[in-house]
Amino acid sequence: MVKKLDKKERMKIERQKMPQQEPQVRVKNFNEVPFGLSEEQALIEAARCLECKNQPCVAGCPVEVDIPAFIDLILQKDYAAAARKIKETNSLPAVCGRVCPQEDQCELKCIVAKGKTKKPVAIGFLERFVADYERYHNLVTLPDIAPPTGRKVAIVGSGPAGLTVAGDLIKLGHAVTVFEALHKPGGVLVYGIPEFRLPKAIVKAECDFMAQMGVKFENSTVIGKTDTIDELFEMGYDAVFIGTGAGLPNFMKIPGENLIGIYSSNEYLTRSNLMRAFDFPTYDTPIIHGKNVAVLGGGNTAMDSVRTALRLGAENAYIVYRRSEKEMPARIEEIHHAREEGVQFHLLTTPIKYYGDENGKVKQMECLKMDLGEPDASGRRRPVPIEGSNFIMDVDLVVVAIGNSSNPLVQKTTPGLEVNKWGNIIVDEATMRTSRKGVYAGGDIVTGGATVILAAGGGKVAAKAMHKYLMEEVKK
Amino acid sequence: MPKVLDNIQIGPANWKMTVETPKLVRKARAGQFVIIRVNEQGERVPMSIGGLNKEKGQLTIIYQVVGKTSALMTTVPAGGEILDCVGPLGVPSHVEKWGTACLVGGGIGIAPIYPIAQAYKEAGNKVITILGARSKDILFYEAEHRAIADELHVCTDDGSYGHHGFVSDVLKKILDDGVKIGMIMAIGPVPMMKVVSELTRSYNVPTWVSLNPLMIDGTGMCGGCRVSLKGETKFACVDGPDFDGHQVDFDLLTKRLRAYGDQERQAMHRFLADPGCKLAESVKNFSYPN
Repeated sequence: MVKKLDKKERMKIERQKMPQQEPQVRVKNFNEVPFGLSEEQALIEAARCLECKNQPCVAGCPVEVDIPAFIDLILQKDYAAAARKIKETNSLPAVCGRVCPQEDQCELKCIVAKGKTKKPVAIGFLERFVADYERYHNLVTLPDIAPPTGRKVAIVGSGPAGLTVAGDLIKLGHAVTVFEALHKPGGVLVYGIPEFRLPKAIVKAECDFMAQMGVKFENSTVIGKTDTIDELFEMGYDAVFIGTGAGLPNFMKIPGENLIGIYSSNEYLTRSNLMRAFDFPTYDTPIIHGKNVAVLGGGNTAMDSVRTALRLGAENAYIVYRRSEKEMPARIEEIHHAREEGVQFHLLTTPIKYYGDENGKVKQMECLKMDLGEPDASGRRRPVPIEGSNFIMDVDLVVVAIGNSSNPLVQKTTPGLEVNKWGNIIVDEATMRTSRKGVYAGGDIVTGGATVILAAGGGKVAAKAMHKYLMEEVKK
Repeated sequence: MPKVLDNIQIGPANWKMTVETPKLVRKARAGQFVIIRVNEQGERVPMSIGGLNKEKGQLTIIYQVVGKTSALMTTVPAGGEILDCVGPLGVPSHVEKWGTACLVGGGIGIAPIYPIAQAYKEAGNKVITILGARSKDILFYEAEHRAIADELHVCTDDGSYGHHGFVSDVLKKILDDGVKIGMIMAIGPVPMMKVVSELTRSYNVPTWVSLNPLMIDGTGMCGGCRVSLKGETKFACVDGPDFDGHQVDFDLLTKRLRAYGDQERQAMHRFLADPGCKLAESVKNFSYPN
């Protein structure tokens, strides 16, 4: 048990720096960039927490993790208990500790940032620390599972939304089966986020934990093709959760976009992450290694793509984004990592056309410079092309990371499932219930492309409503 | 993991694999495809369905050895397993009672047109089938097709069997004879589908082809399989694989299929050089395209 300092002393402690690989070393490997806090660092960081009575950090968390409580358990050196405390509300702490934009959520609300150090408690680093400690030291224990309720739940999609619903409902005694279209569970955690930001061994460990609790996984099963949602009900499932994600790539629809060497970020990252093409020829799936790579977009997916390209040997890796850095939706930490690694930022720039060689491979991209005008519907200033500012960039690989729309497969094969004009499933926000009885939805398929933790948040709301529905409206 | 019931060589480079996957087979219809993975390091590869046995829950894949993954497939023994077989993917072939329908199968395309021919026949059409291969030893499924077709034509490029010439020659003669055909379905190598589509354009006969771009996920999530139809981009895995041959940009498809030539050659050389390589001699010595 660490002796607790008084508040004034706590607010003088500087925020711990996350040890990480040096930029020039890490661009040559796919290993995780941050190493994680040491135990000593974790204890120092945990001591910075002021244990505020009104818990602003908890209100900032989309799933309301009891942050002060888990930090207190760290100070008691009971790291496994701290991990269990987090898991009462968040089933994926090892993932969230790594990928959550804490700077916009819990850490944004932390009062310590108002003090001398100007930096909030590193809640994300601490979450990661305890989750990793629990796993590394084989201290993971199964929670208590309620007696079987006799109700069966089908979850479509094994991404963060689906996994969260699975974790919550299995504990309440329901029989849970997760249907995943790809051959490995995890959704965007396994195909979208690279190894250097989220090791796949961690995603596997989280899914194995679910399986140990009793969740059944049926991979390589495409709901909408192998079975429809109506068929799931015919098979005896009492409720269905749809967490199929924003799996329809957006292209710019400009001339030359079908040239070889122009990928959607989904394809580029799926090849590299899920199919481990970064490890070709040990793994059979190929991927183009570009020397001059342009990644279009300003979000986390764009950062993941451009940093992957560097690791695959790019001499020049560019981010091409039509607005300025201020408008980029990517985590500041990821933009910073990208800059350190040598990514070159071409801001206020947009491509208008591609040119290819005689073999149909992309060789150049014609761009226009932009200016920022009035804000658009997203609240960000609208980019306006500057006429005559055309210029050519030599590229041999382009990754289009401008966002995803909803994959229409489930909607097309589920009569009565209402969607909005963008194809997102319409739900009652308080319960995540869709227009079909017994069918709930959450994650990117509802919100459009967002974050892991927001998907988890939607999953929590759905799980609670589904449990109520199963117990009150499904007779057994 | 799906069980492989048998896996036999039926030609110098052609093999026939029977996979037991009851739920998929019950759902599958002619014209659809599956994506399989042989082992953990393996690629996800699309395979057309060459036959469906709904009672037994089995599907047939006829595949050609063209590189590492198809060569690797030959090493799966009868009674063995493949890691995954996902499907049925793609939109099933459109089937209608047109009166007379024509199937044109070139090379490996002879397999996927078989269940489609069955479906056309069951819908009440008179079925004319044209099979073509480079030479006699590459031909297969002649008896199977003869059992369905009202009229079967077989041709070889080198004249070693049947009519000496291309499938398009045979088709042109049928069209010139004034036979009224309501629908043509052509499946085969890209140059063949292109030639057939070009031929039928002036005769104004609806002609559909089944496109075979490179694929990864098969559910419309990555766009790797994108094809161009009169300037409009479509995904072969969810909008196809069948498309109107008169609108397809075959040249683009040909180019995109060559995107990974270097890596494919590298993978094949490495595989052949591996002392643990369990390939049959007949596969090892076969000369691969490019």
